[in-house]
Amino acid sequence: MTAYLVALRAIVLREAFRFLNQRSRFFASLVRPLVWLVVFAAGFRAALGLSIIPPYQTYITYEVYIVPGLCGMIQLFNAMQSSLSLVYDREMGSMRLLLTSPLPRGWLLFSKLLAGTAVSILQVYVFLAIAALFGIDMPLLGYIYVLPALVASGLMLGALGLVISSTIKQLENFAGVMNFVIFPMFFMSSALYPLWKMAESSPLLKDICALNPFTHAVELIRFALYQQFNGFAALWVIGSFTVFMAGALIGYDPARGLLRRR
Amino acid sequence: MSVFSVRNVSYSYGSKAALDDVTIDLEAGRFCALLGPNGAGKSTLFNLLTHLFVTRDGTIQIAGHDLRSHPRRALARLGVVFQQPTLDLDMSVARNLSYFAALQGLSGTHARARIDAVLDRLNMRERSGEKVRDLNGGHRRRMEIARALIHEPDVLLLDEPTVGLDASSRTAITDHVHDLAETGLLVFWATHLVDEIRLTDEVVVLSRGKVLAHEQAKNLAGEGSLIDAFLRLTGNETANGPVSLVDPDRSGIPERGSL
Repeated sequence: MTAYLVALRAIVLREAFRFLNQRSRFFASLVRPLVWLVVFAAGFRAALGLSIIPPYQTYITYEVYIVPGLCGMIQLFNAMQSSLSLVYDREMGSMRLLLTSPLPRGWLLFSKLLAGTAVSILQVYVFLAIAALFGIDMPLLGYIYVLPALVASGLMLGALGLVISSTIKQLENFAGVMNFVIFPMFFMSSALYPLWKMAESSPLLKDICALNPFTHAVELIRFALYQQFNGFAALWVIGSFTVFMAGALIGYDPARGLLRRR
Repeated sequence: MSVFSVRNVSYSYGSKAALDDVTIDLEAGRFCALLGPNGAGKSTLFNLLTHLFVTRDGTIQIAGHDLRSHPRRALARLGVVFQQPTLDLDMSVARNLSYFAALQGLSGTHARARIDAVLDRLNMRERSGEKVRDLNGGHRRRMEIARALIHEPDVLLLDEPTVGLDASSRTAITDHVHDLAETGLLVFWATHLVDEIRLTDEVVVLSRGKVLAHEQAKNLAGEGSLIDAFLRLTGNETANGPVSLVDPDRSGIPERGSL
């Protein structure tokens, strides 16, 4: 095995091990989307009428509609949580350790992203399994098709988290990221309501939602769950990943970026 | 040929100069203490040496490899013990070490052999299965030193490694690292505690980003004590924070009376 793969494996295993060790984090990451699914969706289903839109071929309940959005939400929270932990001093210590490895920095950051993505995919599958127990299930093959979509969306959101961690000097708590990243990204997307619904109230808002990379991550996941490939969403997600990754590389470049500022 | 060479290095945060034309050349098998008050520029120098910062002013070479043009080759010859703890408390000693070995590209039997060797050297092999959380501060530090040696570097950098340790752990670690220098390793040890330095060590005195002196501790101290020499050089300055000359746990009396 080459040095690159040795490091990648170690970084992914470490992240997975740490996550499984923190049971409260695991629990919290599942409770959040389940509360949305069971409580929010139950209250909302009466208020919101959904027409048949792709990829759905029949009328669906609201619970079914928001499952892909909640998968995206799990990945979004996971990405922001890991970016937050990078900002903390203790993590800066272990980040230093990572950055002084003789392997290329881009590879190390990518490995870290892949590790975070792996952990978020683990959570998504547990969530999908619990949703299925509640009777909200997808076509069986959809559970396999969704894997590459989750990898792409996880990497994109993780890269966004890396950019944030490299640009924010100090974060006192989660509230800042919550207000300025998670909420706008989540609510201004197709996670909770389809974009045509949004257009009914405000065409401008709909246009903003259509630009939001999170919308495309959710759509990519939604289509994949029904064994369909949404090429436009995939391009948008991969394009956003490329931009965010480039930003992270600049942010963690020793000649510029955050580390310089102490 | 020097194994560690810093030539004419300057660095500034905006308009505030942190390092000003710093030149330090060191040979293998030495223990060199980087002595300076808080705010002298020690941390900036360490960030440059570990490639967390880069500067266009001046050159840094580790084991003959230029850090700017060949950072990966230079970093591969460098072992680092950071001031901040970098261990994963919930993982075992062995897992922490094998994680680091993997970051260096080492795996399999070679990595295991190296891990056993560094643990043996610190008499910690029997504790390799324990969680780091169960180790005391001194043992955690020892482990970090062991970890920094896994890939057999030529240069070992330590950034105030005894901060927060009790007197006996401090002595044990200081002695251990002095022994390492005798095996041919170059040790570069940043500190603001004079009592960690032996008379035979080299000392670089850094203050306000400038190298004020670089010579053997014995020569620097002259007829007086190293503390007096240090205070004289730095102008007794405390403008950038308190100058801690000895560990407060030791009632201010430095060990090895000659200092």
